[in-house]
Amino acid sequence: MTDNVTGDIAPGSWSPKRDRAKAIQTIVKIIFGSFAAISILTTIGILATLIFETIEFFKEVPISQFLTDTRWTPLFASKQFGIFVLVSATMMISVISIMVALPLGLLSAICLSEYATPRIRRILKPMLEILAGVPTVVYGYFALLTVTPFLQIFLPDLQGFNALSAGLVLGIMITPMVASLSEDALYAVPRSLKDGAYALGATKRETVTSVVLPAALSGIVSSLILATSRAVGETMIVTLAAGANPTLGFNPFVPVMTMTAFIVQITKGDAPYGTIEYKTLYAVGMTLFIMTFALNIFSFWFVRRFREKYD
Amino acid sequence: MKTDVSSRVVDKGQKQSHFTANLGSRYTIDRIFKYAAWGATGVSILILVWLLVTIVADGIGTLNWNFITSFPSRRAENAGIIAALVGTVWVMCLVALFTVPLGVGAGIFLEEFAEDNWFTRLVEINIGNLAGVPSIIYGLLGLAVFARIMQPITGGRSVLSGSLTLSLLILPVVIVSTREALRAIPNSLRLAGYALGATRWQVIWSHVLPAAVPGILTGVILALSRAIGETAPLIAVGAAVFISFLPEGLQSQFTAMPIQIYNWVGRPQEEFHYIAASGIIVLMAMLLVMNGVAVYLRNHFQKDF
Repeated sequence: MTDNVTGDIAPGSWSPKRDRAKAIQTIVKIIFGSFAAISILTTIGILATLIFETIEFFKEVPISQFLTDTRWTPLFASKQFGIFVLVSATMMISVISIMVALPLGLLSAICLSEYATPRIRRILKPMLEILAGVPTVVYGYFALLTVTPFLQIFLPDLQGFNALSAGLVLGIMITPMVASLSEDALYAVPRSLKDGAYALGATKRETVTSVVLPAALSGIVSSLILATSRAVGETMIVTLAAGANPTLGFNPFVPVMTMTAFIVQITKGDAPYGTIEYKTLYAVGMTLFIMTFALNIFSFWFVRRFREKYD
Repeated sequence: MKTDVSSRVVDKGQKQSHFTANLGSRYTIDRIFKYAAWGATGVSILILVWLLVTIVADGIGTLNWNFITSFPSRRAENAGIIAALVGTVWVMCLVALFTVPLGVGAGIFLEEFAEDNWFTRLVEINIGNLAGVPSIIYGLLGLAVFARIMQPITGGRSVLSGSLTLSLLILPVVIVSTREALRAIPNSLRLAGYALGATRWQVIWSHVLPAAVPGILTGVILALSRAIGETAPLIAVGAAVFISFLPEGLQSQFTAMPIQIYNWVGRPQEEFHYIAASGIIVLMAMLLVMNGVAVYLRNHFQKDF
């Protein structure tokens, strides 16, 4: 077929090599498609390693013990594996961080989208982005060596390692995330809605709190859930500032140990393959994965279920 | 501005209606709310300033050429960051080597080639989910797969294992930013190419991709700057904390800047805290330069179509 075509346009000897071009395209498409499949392989890899080692773990430690023990001592002679000890610390620190990030992040988002002039916004947004780009080990330094001594001026009972300053600094870390996602949600609320509120005589604050916020609620809540998920999985701040002392309870003044801090403690040393420490690592990782995954799914579901659509 | 509105005379005399506008107190609440919003933003910025000032104040004293060129030491005054600095450069180059072809290729596939079928949808959902997986979990994956199962290739807890782990971590970021860069290229460019008889791939290779390069590069640099700031996955994969040699090859043991900083912060002696701050200054300076380059690329090479 191509030969015929070449014959028709005789004066030039050029002919487009369609067959070769199409063959190259097919090859490229297959290669790039397999690159895209790597992301699926990653997920499979994560799930497979976590599940495999967790099963190995539960062959040695019954699941009832894992869920109901009240002590966490996998490195001692008398080993106990009460995961709730680590989960309670993770939950406490996450709650503290959300208590910081909710007001700071949401009010910053309102400030940026409703009050700031475009010029000031262009200055403020990059600054919040810097806050989001600071490596977590730097926040850990800040929490341990700056915030804790500062808080100890007012709270003499506060110990050197504590959940409070880890939670506060973690809250600062996730504030830009809450702020930027919430701002997107606020920005998406159509102008006509606000104009309607103003026309009814509402003040600016009334418009924001009773019209704009409810309209953007699904996006705001989902940003908070995503931020919580980030806080649950955060490692360096809690490892450096919250200590490595597995205690059950919700006292923010004493050292605690989160799930992530435990993983760092074990992997920092040399946990040989096949030992119970190594398997414990993956059982804790699995718990962490399930918690963050559930939060992420819940967040996506929430946006879908409660989004207000304006066209 | 609306500030002068609050001084408006409040109308209290009307008796016909039960409605009282009560503007005075409403505007007071308005003002308080406005101050709270500005205050919250201000507090966030102030804390950023506090953090930066503390670190510079703590670390500038011990930051000198000797610190940059020395190996770690048991004595703080002799300790330096060269092993970590070189390790981070190794990691950065390797991660770039892995993620640029993989991420850009996957991005091109999803944006330009893929039809809307189950495979594409699965990949898209999957990339969204991967972004929410904590980085320490990637570390556990790297420990099991790269450092243990693939030990004959990677050499165990080596710079190659660490780089592969971080590559998986930032791959979704590179894919997403590549797709955004490609999406910004107007369709007319592609249609013109097809009209001249070019195949889809020829159009991508000769026109769409060159036009999208600044956007893709910006995304890649930002992803890399995230990778070199990551600590947790590298600890899990097994970056060593005390290393007095530079990596010699892919299978060499290594350390990286965040690991070294973590190690120094964790020590009880105060002198090590100061050199940790010096290390943080070096790390943050690197990140600042990378982000600056990314912003420059975005502003100066991005064409408006």
